[in-house]
Amino acid sequence: MIWNDEFETMPKEALQALQLKRLQKTLQRVYESVPFYRESFKKANITPDSVQSLDDIQKLPFTLKQDMRDNYPYGLFAAPLDQIVRIHASSGTTGKPTVVGYTQRDIDNWSELMARSFAAAGAHSGDIIHNAYGYGLFTGGLGAHYGAEKLGASVIPMSGGNTKKQIMIMKDFGSTVLTCTPSYCLYLAEAAAEEGIDIRDLPLRVGIHGAEPWSEQMRDEIEAKLGIKALDIYGLSEILGPGVAIECIEAQNGLHIWEDHFIPEIINPDTGEVLPHGEQGELVITTITKEGIPMIRYRTRDITRILPEPCVCGRSHARLERMSGRSDDMMIIRGVNVFPSQIEAILMKIEGVEPHYQLVIDREENLDTLEIHVEVDEAIFSDEVKVLQGLSKEIRNQIKEMLGVTCEVRLVEPKTIARSEGKAQRVIDNRDFS
Amino acid sequence: MKVEQISIFIENKSGRLAEVTRILGEAGVNIRALSLADTSDFGILRLIVDQVDLAKDALKADGFTVNKTEVIAVEVPDKPKGLFGILDTLENGNVNVEYMYAFVERCGENAVIIFRFDDTESAIKVLLDNNINVLKGERVCQM
Repeated sequence: MIWNDEFETMPKEALQALQLKRLQKTLQRVYESVPFYRESFKKANITPDSVQSLDDIQKLPFTLKQDMRDNYPYGLFAAPLDQIVRIHASSGTTGKPTVVGYTQRDIDNWSELMARSFAAAGAHSGDIIHNAYGYGLFTGGLGAHYGAEKLGASVIPMSGGNTKKQIMIMKDFGSTVLTCTPSYCLYLAEAAAEEGIDIRDLPLRVGIHGAEPWSEQMRDEIEAKLGIKALDIYGLSEILGPGVAIECIEAQNGLHIWEDHFIPEIINPDTGEVLPHGEQGELVITTITKEGIPMIRYRTRDITRILPEPCVCGRSHARLERMSGRSDDMMIIRGVNVFPSQIEAILMKIEGVEPHYQLVIDREENLDTLEIHVEVDEAIFSDEVKVLQGLSKEIRNQIKEMLGVTCEVRLVEPKTIARSEGKAQRVIDNRDFS
Repeated sequence: MKVEQISIFIENKSGRLAEVTRILGEAGVNIRALSLADTSDFGILRLIVDQVDLAKDALKADGFTVNKTEVIAVEVPDKPKGLFGILDTLENGNVNVEYMYAFVERCGENAVIIFRFDDTESAIKVLLDNNINVLKGERVCQM
């Protein structure tokens, strides 16, 4: 079903005219109210008036995650705090999160886009939406929640964890739509099987999964094990949260990005050069309706391509191919964004640990696992077992506390971590997303 | 009074222990006593050897992590309750044993036990105050 026919099926030309109008308005807004943008525009020798066509967007400088950190917490807000009704944040590389603010209009737009996304996934009023994304600073839970209400569905605000209860409620309440990370979805199915419950026998019909990379094989597995249609949703807090792009149930092939709110570009991550539609590169997004914290040419670091061909569902908005990786070293572990530098900073802080470490990520029984290998040198070595075990425990606890990720620590002999050209290979990801 | 012990970090995988003994053997080092503490992931091998520095250097040269620690060697009567008497004395003196292991060789009529304490100095004092013989380092290494 199409939630908002007027905008979702708007002819390309009208859509582009709308994009340009909204882009110019956004540029005016950030130029007037955000010193960071005013300065970066000046440095590039441009003003909002320099953008007279959609192609002119290429004149604008990129915005990086680092720019958000440099302007922590509210420096990039384009609305005064008395107009900000919601603040979310995602984990940052240096312990400080990246902060985003929403005006009431932003929340309304977000709800609209999530409602569109639910509808694209085949959900409708009367559905019981079981929302197992985490509620809190993370945008997943509340983003999906507001969209589900806007859709007119009954939303169960489950949040993450407490799997047995999730299964009981799913069964007793008759959930028809499930929103959670793809790995948690499979975990739920297996936990249910252990309780003697086959999710295929329940009314559950659709799963909307995102916040971590997954593959077509994983989709097949989810659809087979739960007896549902599984759809890929894309979002990031810097741009909005969930609901930036989603697959339609008709095609299940590429994620429609809501072009009346976002302008996507694909660039070569090394040169910054804009690539033609169809070529693979890094996704760059400009928000054109946001008031709280508009983003101009934000480099998402996600690798994809734009599929411009019309879709069978009738929506005119372009599709993004399923994300195939990152142009930086960010890892997504059980839906949590983790950079190796964050782990390095924690290891450095724990006295004596020199940063010869390796992160090994795997997927066991459909849940991501993180194992940190730390080389034991003389500074941390002890003849007492309890000292070394205490060190492992300290690293585990600190990482859990700072990053919210559970890990195992393995102490290894010096020089056992493979080094290439003197540089250790920091991350080994054994998960298969292809 | 103190004996130098070397401890070696060993990952819990096959061949590592053999590798340590090979390196020591090729360096001409003789092991006098040993204990291995193991966990599921790693082990700590503690050795009393005849040539401490030579052993340490040889192992380090082959990439092992090696530390030197001070332990003490105590003469223990080789008869029932012999060890109990010593541990009882230590407990009364409020000294905590981190770990201990036995020497193969005897010292006259007595057995020899290596002790690692959290507070070595007070342990020596308690032992000496109770007339328990603590062996000299050089003597232990050459036993």
